[in-house]
Amino acid sequence: MSILVGKNTRLVVQGITGSAGAFHAKQMIEYGTRVVSGVTPGRGGETFEGTVPVFDTVAEAVRATGANASCIFVPPPGAADAILEAFDAGLELVVCITEGIPVIDMLKVRRVLEGLSGRTRLIGPNCPGIITPGTKGEGCKIGIMPGHIHRSGNVGVVSRSGTLTYEAVGQLTARGIGQSTCIGIGGDPVGGMDFVDALELFERDPDTHGVILIGEIGGAAEERAARFIRERMSKPVAAFIAGATAPAGKRMGHAGAIIAGGKGTAAEKIAALEAAGARVAPTPSDMASTLEAIMKS
Amino acid sequence: MRSPPAHVLACGRRMKIHEYQAKQIFARYGVPVPRGYLATTPDEAETAARKLLQETGQGAVVVKAQIHAGGRGKGGGVKVAKRGAAEARDLSEKMLGMRLVTHQTGPDGQKVRRLYIEQGLDIEREMYLGALVDRDRRRIAVMASTEGGVDIEKVAAETPAKIQTLHVDPAVGLAGYQARALAFGLGLGGKTTLAKFVKALGALYELFTREDCTLCEINPLVLTAAGEIVALDAKVTLDDSAEFRHPEWRSLEDVDEEDPVELEARSAGLNYVSLDGNVGCLVNGAGLAMATMDIIKHFGESRGVAPANFLDVGGGANQEQVTKAFKMILKSPKVRAIFVNIFGGIMKCDVIANGIVAAAKEIGLKVPLVVRLEGTNVELGRKILGESNLAIQAASTMADGAQKVVSAVVV
Repeated sequence: MSILVGKNTRLVVQGITGSAGAFHAKQMIEYGTRVVSGVTPGRGGETFEGTVPVFDTVAEAVRATGANASCIFVPPPGAADAILEAFDAGLELVVCITEGIPVIDMLKVRRVLEGLSGRTRLIGPNCPGIITPGTKGEGCKIGIMPGHIHRSGNVGVVSRSGTLTYEAVGQLTARGIGQSTCIGIGGDPVGGMDFVDALELFERDPDTHGVILIGEIGGAAEERAARFIRERMSKPVAAFIAGATAPAGKRMGHAGAIIAGGKGTAAEKIAALEAAGARVAPTPSDMASTLEAIMKS
Repeated sequence: MRSPPAHVLACGRRMKIHEYQAKQIFARYGVPVPRGYLATTPDEAETAARKLLQETGQGAVVVKAQIHAGGRGKGGGVKVAKRGAAEARDLSEKMLGMRLVTHQTGPDGQKVRRLYIEQGLDIEREMYLGALVDRDRRRIAVMASTEGGVDIEKVAAETPAKIQTLHVDPAVGLAGYQARALAFGLGLGGKTTLAKFVKALGALYELFTREDCTLCEINPLVLTAAGEIVALDAKVTLDDSAEFRHPEWRSLEDVDEEDPVELEARSAGLNYVSLDGNVGCLVNGAGLAMATMDIIKHFGESRGVAPANFLDVGGGANQEQVTKAFKMILKSPKVRAIFVNIFGGIMKCDVIANGIVAAAKEIGLKVPLVVRLEGTNVELGRKILGESNLAIQAASTMADGAQKVVSAVVV
């Protein structure tokens, strides 16, 4: 009952010996994710936390441990290279947490990704990751989100923002509504999966019954999502767009969150989503209640 | 000169540099630019003008104010001196120190501290050439228009057919046929001119990728009477994420052009944007910080309550950074109430609580404070705030907090 990650996910952590990589690898193991290997060039042969073998290259880690997904904590100068290495090793899913990768690097990564014709999916960069909530052995958390706020269920969440995803999950869990899978696609202007990719998977997943979509100002990803919802989505979608009150031309934290040339405003995105049949929450405090209302009706 | 044009959605930020600095980069890569010198005093301006008149044999020089905003010409920041170096000096005296107001500066304008003295050119035609990261196509877009020297956004809105756009495959780079197509579209048919344009555009693409730009704009790109292609203006925005591989960028920064509060925040590793309202906000995460601004305005707009700032302390902030952030809010005279909204993930609620208490103890808390804590170590965070004896209104949800902070301002 999930998309992309679950009990068959075997994770390699790139940058496992760095401070962020080590901290979150431990958290993921604690949550129940099968962390089968780690990679830090030059540290091959070591063992992380006494149980996880560390390799010099992703290819070796895949050969030796059967990893099929990667989580990247490599700092910006080497992060794009780490993504390319993961692609080349044939992983099905690559989740890049790193914030601050130069956009020129990501343009190249994106070009290579397009050449893989769907063999590999990339989530991020600059994202919290992906989680399929569940008990040990069932659930899988790849990323930096706090696992304890989630509970297993039938609502999918997809978001460009990290903490706003936690906010939505917190609201759902407080109402007794569990989640199938939650994906943070990241706030950078050029990255991997976008809303449409996630909605497509949620639409196909029999255990997802409704979706919360959290967008923000800048770009046109929400407008593309609206088109998909109108044409192909049968399941209810509740949405929220952050940044309705942000002034034009000012960058609000995320590199992607900027209103440029009068385009990418919250008003345009809200109108497109409403016209497509999604229900847009009036405030960020109403994301879960808005979805609950349309799922009941 | 406002950019990017409305029909292409560029990505954010970021670091802006002056025209003369952009032209130095252009020259290094082989994009032709007029000869020019920087001046910060009327004496320097006069010397520069005299040198230019001698070197070029031309009768005129142009005095251009260097500020990080477009629309300088209309605001009186670009003047032509046709009667020699003494006139250039007079113009410089008037321009230096003036507050230049353009459609991009805001009503107070920007103080002119630097001038660029440039050779005058015999202009045959003015065109537009730009490159930027098109986030929706995930490619670098190159744009050209026969309508140069005017507001390109207006051209895009009114006569979009007059702008040609093409996208570059990063695996191949800018292809020759693409550059030629743009040249023919601009009506640059003659063989010599065509070659010159193709060379200049190739250099522009090269510098865009090598120098980590998010935007390069030449408006106008001119064809001179002598058949040369020259970048008369230059606007470059650099991707601040790439700063780690460009140590030379430090010297390009002009702190005079930045908001001092935002500068202070950045040096503390905080993400801060000043706004016009009266509620100080401290939030973790950019999305949640924007949503917090939205919900304050949702409940407060009809009662004159709005956010005074955007502040994202990020996921990995330590107690010192939180203290610094909270002190910045406390010190702002326009803040009449404060809303702290935290959903702890990596960020632990006790770190936030300790930071708030430390800042409030140091400068005192004179306005109402509403705090909503959720997530990692929430119990510990609430306990620290509870035992601090600070007058804090606890909020159970974002909506509850926003309503409480609005009431606190209105009362």
